Amino acid sequence: MALTTTRPEVRPAGRDHESGERRLRRRRKLWSYLAMSGIGVFFLFPLVFMFVSSLKPSGQILSDSGSLNAFLPVGDISLDNYFGVFERVPVAQFLINSVFVTVVTVALGLLVNSMAGFALSRLEWRGRGLLLSVVIAALIVPFETIAVPMVYWVSKLPTLVFEGGLLKYDFGWLNSYQVQIIPFVAHAFSIFLFTQYFSTIPKSLDEAARIDGAGWFTIYRRIIVPLSGPAFATVAILTFLPAWNQYLWPLMVVQQEELRPVMVGMQYFFQLNPAWGEVMAYTTLITLPVLIVFLSFQRAFVSSVAASGVKG
Amino acid sequence: MKRRSLPVMVSLAAASALALTACGQAGQGGGSGDGPIELTMWTHSAGNPAELEVYEKIITEFNASQDEYKIVEESFPQGAYNDAITAAAAADDLPCLLDMDGPIMPNWAWAGYLQPLDLPESITDELLPTAVGTYEGEIYSAGYWDAALSIFARKSVLDANGVRIPTIDEPWTLGEFDAALATLQSAGYATPLDIGAEDAGEWWSYAYSPILQSFGGDEIDRDTFLTAEGALNGPEAVDAFTWFQDAFKKGWASNSGTIGNQEFVDDQVALSYTGVWNALASIEAVGDDLLILPPPDFGNGPKIGGGSWQWGISSNCSEEQTEGARQYLEFSFQDEYIAEFADKQIVIPATAGAEDLSEHFGEGGDLQPFVELSQKFAVPRPETPAYPVISSTFEKAAKDIMNGAEVKSTLDGAVKEIDANIESNDGYGF
Repeated sequence: MALTTTRPEVRPAGRDHESGERRLRRRRKLWSYLAMSGIGVFFLFPLVFMFVSSLKPSGQILSDSGSLNAFLPVGDISLDNYFGVFERVPVAQFLINSVFVTVVTVALGLLVNSMAGFALSRLEWRGRGLLLSVVIAALIVPFETIAVPMVYWVSKLPTLVFEGGLLKYDFGWLNSYQVQIIPFVAHAFSIFLFTQYFSTIPKSLDEAARIDGAGWFTIYRRIIVPLSGPAFATVAILTFLPAWNQYLWPLMVVQQEELRPVMVGMQYFFQLNPAWGEVMAYTTLITLPVLIVFLSFQRAFVSSVAASGVKG
Repeated sequence: MKRRSLPVMVSLAAASALALTACGQAGQGGGSGDGPIELTMWTHSAGNPAELEVYEKIITEFNASQDEYKIVEESFPQGAYNDAITAAAAADDLPCLLDMDGPIMPNWAWAGYLQPLDLPESITDELLPTAVGTYEGEIYSAGYWDAALSIFARKSVLDANGVRIPTIDEPWTLGEFDAALATLQSAGYATPLDIGAEDAGEWWSYAYSPILQSFGGDEIDRDTFLTAEGALNGPEAVDAFTWFQDAFKKGWASNSGTIGNQEFVDDQVALSYTGVWNALASIEAVGDDLLILPPPDFGNGPKIGGGSWQWGISSNCSEEQTEGARQYLEFSFQDEYIAEFADKQIVIPATAGAEDLSEHFGEGGDLQPFVELSQKFAVPRPETPAYPVISSTFEKAAKDIMNGAEVKSTLDGAVKEIDANIESNDGYGF
């Protein structure tokens, strides 16, 4: 009897304890989710403001800016700003230019910088340490300090042009796609990142491959690249963003409208009185590709940041 | 075979390069001299369809009027334009024809970007004095128009508060202006004057140096152009900036709000210190109640900043091209084009003939008061290569003073900075 009376008393107490812990855990989880959602919403505010404002007239954006209405699609809502953007700026051309320049810069950057990183981390050659130091030193040189001399150099570089149906040589890279791409392919930080990442891959893999008759390029292509997904994802993202956001350089070296990227287009809206509605519509249009890329590669990006210890 | 593939490819590439080189350099030979001589022309008008429309019309008609020259236009957004010009100058790649904001002209002429304009006097003499850019006795630029600042007000508001409506012949005095602001503030306008302090950049020198000049000061000693001592930190300048600081302290003006004239249109402010470019929209919003008033007379008469976008010919232009550039400019200074510019851009036409043709600025036109304001009160910004430094130093000092900095020491610091720059550039040739 005592057993039958004591057991039920003990069991519910244990269950109570467990369920209490579970409840506590659930509550903690709920709070952490609420906190994270709050932070998420906080970071979404600028995007929501941008999109909602892109649907309002400029005057209303300003009058709504002091209240919660700034984040709500209320009042005089229309797509007029988007039509205005297409009238004022050749958006499609600018987007095509930016996509082309960015994709080629990222692709070439991954290839060139990873190969440089491979050479610095895996190959034994004289001057390797010195060159790595030079690469690291290059990290501290701000682009703005070398921009003007670079403009001068690129304006004197040889190039090939079609003239009268013939391929001829000429001088000057201004007003071209290559001037927006080539100077940004080799990137000190990317080389450093690849070098560091490749150094963590055991060298015994190279040795085994060499015994099997593999050359350096085969080792790079068949062993190192497949094992370095996070490093490639990180460099891809870190190259993509500045390439997409290029402003100063194209402003200096691209004079023809048909070759300009999207960021230079932003200045079109800042006349004597800024057209805020159109500014918001334009920023929405040019932010979309970045968001799509980020959301598509979100998992790879997060894991690459975690793996490489790089913070953007 | 595999091992040889790389050397073979390199050899092929080298051979191709040699073959291409043999074909010659682009632009040399090949009989390219048959067509018209191309002249590149840069404008700051990207994103401004109204302005571009007039340029395109002028260019099309000029190109059709003769077959010796062909103008090819490239437009840049205004905010990025000066950087593009500086970069092009560094690369020796300036266009033949370029427009420029009036006050930057002396700097570009001094830096060797420009050559004297050499347009016939029959053209330049007809223009508003502030539409002609002169540096060291030579004309380097000329424009189709000028802009002017004024004070916008509602007649009903001034009448209701017993504030005298000033005229060009009898503008508000300092005492009257202060009293008007105090009255309008008491009447419920928390900030009675939209002075435009939320804006940035050259606007500060353009808009507020006339206040300084009306008090009797200036941004630089215009007799020598070698120092700002006495002009920017003398007793008149201290008075001007003390008034400026007080206007913010008393809440008569504010640096919050938005660029443009929206607060006035929405009746949140009683007076707006703004430009001709906002006038038409304000007339549409306010109607006959709108008053276009002269700036106050702070002691030395009302003053307005003069000199806006003008045309010049770059030093990169060859002799042959320069001739074409002059022909184009002569062609473009027709009253018909200038009037069209004025009416589409809402700016003051630079010739009397264009004024007569203008819908807004001609006799009886709704914006005609601006012509008189410009003619009577416009003062060009200092015509010195040091102007970019003067302008940025002026802006920084004025902003510091607005935010409460001690007036005299702040102005002394600004003078020191400007003088040091002039000295380090050997006086900019003065």
